[in-house]
Amino acid sequence: MAKTLQYSVPNEENIVRVVLDNGITVLVYENFSAQSVVLAGSFDAGSVWDIPEKSGLAALVANSLIRGTETRDFDTLHRTMEDLAADLNFGASKHNTSFSGKALAEDFGMLADLLADTLRHPVFPADHVERLRGEWLTGLRYRQQDSGWLASRAFRQMLYPVEHPYHHSSQGTLDSIPQLSLDDMRAFHSRHYGPKDMKIVVVGALKATDAVQILREHLGDWINVDQPESSDLPELTTLGEPKRGNIVVQGKKQTNLMLGAVGPSRYEPEFRAASLANSILGQFGMMGRIGDVVREREGLAYYAGSQITGGQGPGAWSINAGVDPTHVERAIDLCLGEVRRITSEPVSDDDIADNKSYFIGRLPLQLENNEGIAASLLTIETYQLGLNYLLSYRDIIQAITKDELLHAAQKYLNADAMVISVAGPGEHG
Amino acid sequence: MTNITKHTLENGLTVFLKEVHAAPIISWWVVYRVGSRNEPTGKTGVSHWVEHMMFKGTPKYPGGMLDRAIDRIGGRWNAFTSLDYTMYHETLPAEHIDLALESEADRMTNAIFDLAETESERTVIISERQGSENSPMFWLREEMNAVAFRVHGYHHHVLGDLADLQTITRDDLYGHYRQHYVPTNAFVIGVGAFDTPDMLAKVKTIYGAIPIAPAPKHFVRAEPEPQGERRVIVNRPGHTAFLRVSFRTPSATEPDWFKVDMLDSILTGPGGGIDNKTSRLYQALVKTEITAGVSGGLSETIDPYLYSITMTVRDGHTIEEAEAAFNVAIQNVIDNGVTEAELNRAKKQAKASFAYEMESVSNQAYWIAQSAILGEDDWYERYLARIEAVTTQDIQEAAARYLIPERRITGWLVPTGLDG
Repeated sequence: MAKTLQYSVPNEENIVRVVLDNGITVLVYENFSAQSVVLAGSFDAGSVWDIPEKSGLAALVANSLIRGTETRDFDTLHRTMEDLAADLNFGASKHNTSFSGKALAEDFGMLADLLADTLRHPVFPADHVERLRGEWLTGLRYRQQDSGWLASRAFRQMLYPVEHPYHHSSQGTLDSIPQLSLDDMRAFHSRHYGPKDMKIVVVGALKATDAVQILREHLGDWINVDQPESSDLPELTTLGEPKRGNIVVQGKKQTNLMLGAVGPSRYEPEFRAASLANSILGQFGMMGRIGDVVREREGLAYYAGSQITGGQGPGAWSINAGVDPTHVERAIDLCLGEVRRITSEPVSDDDIADNKSYFIGRLPLQLENNEGIAASLLTIETYQLGLNYLLSYRDIIQAITKDELLHAAQKYLNADAMVISVAGPGEHG
Repeated sequence: MTNITKHTLENGLTVFLKEVHAAPIISWWVVYRVGSRNEPTGKTGVSHWVEHMMFKGTPKYPGGMLDRAIDRIGGRWNAFTSLDYTMYHETLPAEHIDLALESEADRMTNAIFDLAETESERTVIISERQGSENSPMFWLREEMNAVAFRVHGYHHHVLGDLADLQTITRDDLYGHYRQHYVPTNAFVIGVGAFDTPDMLAKVKTIYGAIPIAPAPKHFVRAEPEPQGERRVIVNRPGHTAFLRVSFRTPSATEPDWFKVDMLDSILTGPGGGIDNKTSRLYQALVKTEITAGVSGGLSETIDPYLYSITMTVRDGHTIEEAEAAFNVAIQNVIDNGVTEAELNRAKKQAKASFAYEMESVSNQAYWIAQSAILGEDDWYERYLARIEAVTTQDIQEAAARYLIPERRITGWLVPTGLDG
């Protein structure tokens, strides 16, 4: 006889959400199906705070946290972590410094201790920062011959004006990274690290009450009155004509191609409709319409698809492909043709039904493991979607109309005014 | 095997089922015992290309139909070709598992291999190779494997040589498919939220109908023992130099493999998302600021393969410096062994990695498949017990046996700059 088992998605009945006295929001979801626990979180210390000549500061600070604290030197930190087979990582994106950790559930206390120690008491030891800086610069120099990275950089720089934070790389440049001083790093930490708007999600094999208590013990008394309020991003003007950049990179066999425009942030009312339109354009069924014409019908590329990267700000809505250098112009024409189609014709009933089904149906797979659940909960908290968001998700998606898709595509995409970035061996002319 | 049931159907197909009810999903894998290991010169890349053609459809499920059908239910599917195998997998909401069962059974025998689509896919396959060629390290890895294996099929890349990708025909592909995609050369694996008797009944109905076919004769040529160090230099445009050192190591079913596995963890860290800053080579190379990074890898292979360590030379330093420091660190392990603390850390990290892997039904299915490919159904389940038995003396002996110049392939990626 078949077993009848009930599964539930995380919701207000089984997520514990606690706001500590200092403002840190903690979400815990118990999952005893494996012995592990993951931790994820973020706070407002992203690269939007970097000034252009010091781009990369937020990221260098985040990556230096685990190089030494007031009470643990580099070796002690890493021996403690690696002896437990635990892991803790920090990184900075446009709007946030984020962290993620993993450990066996029995070691969660130590993971929380290490998180709090590295967030609150880093010392940025000069020798370790210099070592990291050297590794960072080696990485940046390596990317100077990575055609995918070069295409993406040129795309970003053409898409956003120089006065917009998104014009600049979160990872800094070969010019900016050497300029970042220890004083800069310590000042950034003092000003931007603190409990304000910090979110921490814990998922795994431990009781929610225990997780909250442990985090309260380590982070509950943290105060930083200097943390600034978030500032608004500069307004972006709509592109009136196409912009194109071609970069020749020696020794390459394939050309990386990127086309697109500024897309919606997650806060925009059109975000979900745009996401659904993007799925039709370049994701659903092996990379959507773009994959169908570029890869399947004409065999021009190994990969071809599109994505929306908007989060707390207006990320790009872009099409990417890796193509044979002799096929670049044909691939661009095909991609622009699909942009014209998605911005001029309502999608079919089948298209919208299929893609709604895809969005709704993929939820269980996104929640397959602790990391997937943690990522979903962090999104829910970041964008204030409500603890029952996953329960109501089906209805939210089903309510989107074909007109809303067309409107969203027309608002953000214009085939006659796209940024086109091409990097490869140069046969594309 | 704990909680895993194994069945063999009358047509020779082997079935592994494991119930996991942590989430309402099922992962379904179909695995063929053929990979780049079995490809003769002139047909390199044929396994991988056949894998691509399997997504081009059957009369029942024409090209693109399954892409859409699986996305429509929120599933994911993919395939990958490796040295030893070709694997196809679907992970789906449990109520839709019939789609995976039926479509995989269908394409085991009914894939079309249309001539025009074969030609269209040729450019896609070459494009995939060109994408890899954009990475300087691809060239070094490919050259080193070619030097490490003169006879055995491990000598060429899974993607195949360009010369073969330009000349392989539709009939070559179809012949490979007909020869190798038969029940006697396949395993199917299901892990997830199902009831085993119900699932087995479905599998018997759907897969039991596939006709019996003779087991293929696999093309394999044994590699002779190396007779000395082999060295490779690759020049590519760029700024960054790399050192890669590979050692000929035993197959994954040999007791020594587990010793080398623990040795790798001590030398370069455990991988799998766990950091490596306490590892020997991080301390010797990165902490001393000679390299910007170090990583190591030991594959689970049917035949003896390679343990490889890759180092990114830091700006302002040379490959010679990196190689000298590397050799000192390796000689130190051979001469002085490792500590109990290092070995205990490596074992604990292996146990944790095992626990992390178990969170996902897809990963569990993969490891059952990998074990079956190795010919030891309980390989992964016994993994922790086998590494637990490794001693510090074992590690030192393994280092002295395998990390020696006679078994070494040393590769330099020498950048030529970007300006001329």
